Amino acid sequence: MIRAVLLALLLPTAVLAEGEEIVSGLSQNRVEITANFDGSEILIYGAVKREAPAPTGAPLQVIITVEGPSTPLVIRRKERRAGIWVNTSSIMVDAAPSFYAVSTTGPIDKILSGTDDLRFKITLPHAIRAVGSASEATGSKEFIDALERIRSADQSYRLLENRVQLVDETLFRTDVALPANLTEGNYMVRMFIMRGGRVIDSMERVIGVRKTGLERTLYIMAHQQPLLYGVISLALAAVAGWAASAGFRLLRR
Amino acid sequence: MFQLYLPIAEVSVNAILLLGIGGIVGFLSGMFGVGGGFLITPFLLFIGVPPGIAVATGANQVVASSISGVLAQLKRKAVDFRMGLVLMVGGLLGSWSGVQVFSYMSSLGQVDLFVQLSYVLFLGLIGAMMFAESARALLRARRHGGAAPVRRAHIHTWVHGLPFKMKFRASGLYISVLPPLGVGALVGFLAGIMGVGGGFILVPAMIYILGMPTKVVIGTSLFQIIFVTGFTTVVHAVNSHTVDMMLALLLIAGGVVGAQIGTLVGVKLRAEQLRILLAVMVLAVAIKIAFDLLLQPTELYSVAPLVLP
Repeated sequence: MIRAVLLALLLPTAVLAEGEEIVSGLSQNRVEITANFDGSEILIYGAVKREAPAPTGAPLQVIITVEGPSTPLVIRRKERRAGIWVNTSSIMVDAAPSFYAVSTTGPIDKILSGTDDLRFKITLPHAIRAVGSASEATGSKEFIDALERIRSADQSYRLLENRVQLVDETLFRTDVALPANLTEGNYMVRMFIMRGGRVIDSMERVIGVRKTGLERTLYIMAHQQPLLYGVISLALAAVAGWAASAGFRLLRR
Repeated sequence: MFQLYLPIAEVSVNAILLLGIGGIVGFLSGMFGVGGGFLITPFLLFIGVPPGIAVATGANQVVASSISGVLAQLKRKAVDFRMGLVLMVGGLLGSWSGVQVFSYMSSLGQVDLFVQLSYVLFLGLIGAMMFAESARALLRARRHGGAAPVRRAHIHTWVHGLPFKMKFRASGLYISVLPPLGVGALVGFLAGIMGVGGGFILVPAMIYILGMPTKVVIGTSLFQIIFVTGFTTVVHAVNSHTVDMMLALLLIAGGVVGAQIGTLVGVKLRAEQLRILLAVMVLAVAIKIAFDLLLQPTELYSVAPLVLP
């Protein structure tokens, strides 16, 4: 037991000892959501720095993940009761990412070992379970699978295998398309380089996604001055209703 | 092209599509005197707007199209203000109790089911009743060789025997204030639990229970809806921050124009035709929701943000 803990503590240094490190960049470290925001594409690129010639043997592999801000969720299941479909059971997830994309240089189950997946929480099941303590409950697997299925269907969760381009085991790049229905917050970009299924080095960067301009003004007012916001909404409705009526009266003359 | 990011809903939608939805709902609103809340919510859900925002912002849009519709009716003196105010007093009481029931059902986690069942029950019942009545009226008119049946200013029912009588000049009625108060309360209650203005219940109730002439009903219904939905909008904005002004503006722009056109078309149609069309529309929505409850959904699971109490 103690040996296992010691081994775990030593592992990060052992990782660095292989002498390959990531140097990376992003095409942009902030995304601004304006009124005509229609998604955004982010270029993530980097290089592998090494002191000695590249080791032979297992080829270098790269995995890049982009993770949106997490929110608590309720997942409900319907069952037939007295002829109609009713929500009967539910589980709560403390936090699940609103967006999660994994890009790789190859098939993920071939290039990443199960233990390192668990340790770095790279694939989606680990990313969700890592933060949701309530998901430990019995029978929760179907619920988490359903969450993955639903969010994969609307493109919030993506697995993009073979989408990272790697040149000479040194330069890598990938494009990640952020969807139009983006949630505000910090998006974490993680990069991993691997050999033989083991992670050699990793790096994290953050992309800030913020509303700007009118979008920001409205959002802040709705939350800080809700009564004023509600009254202005009503006033707009009243003015618009009156204007249309007056306009049509003029038209009919 | 024309994509617009909604600041509160946090989704990107097509602006032209929103104008169109607003226009269609406004058109129906002006024609039938219903707010259109029972149509706009399903429309918005369909294009990916979250449910809470769809209900709250829909209410805001209904305010605008109702004002536009009332102003159009006002020129024909087809608004009974006194009746509208009495209905509103009942409505506020009913809406308060409806909201209480709604939050109780939310705490049980069955609010979706509750809302759907209310829709099926009330829309189905009222739609079927209106359809049967107006179909009879249309057939009768046809049998009489197209000659209009003898029209009375209003129909006398049991309602006219109650105490506390009051004169409603615009409706040509001299009846007790109790039935309008009761109708208002029922509609307010349903508005509270279903998140709609309640025009589709108010219109038939005014025709069949209160015996008001159809031409006054639409304007008066819209007049009352302005206040119910206006109240709803502010309550949602304050309590749950779910009114999306950007979304509302587009729906409104389409809606107010639609309401004016709807009013023009409505005037050209006969009262029975108007009622049968409304009945068909109400029935269609009820049947659609009933099918959703009865058929096995393709996805048994649903994901919703957890709202901490």
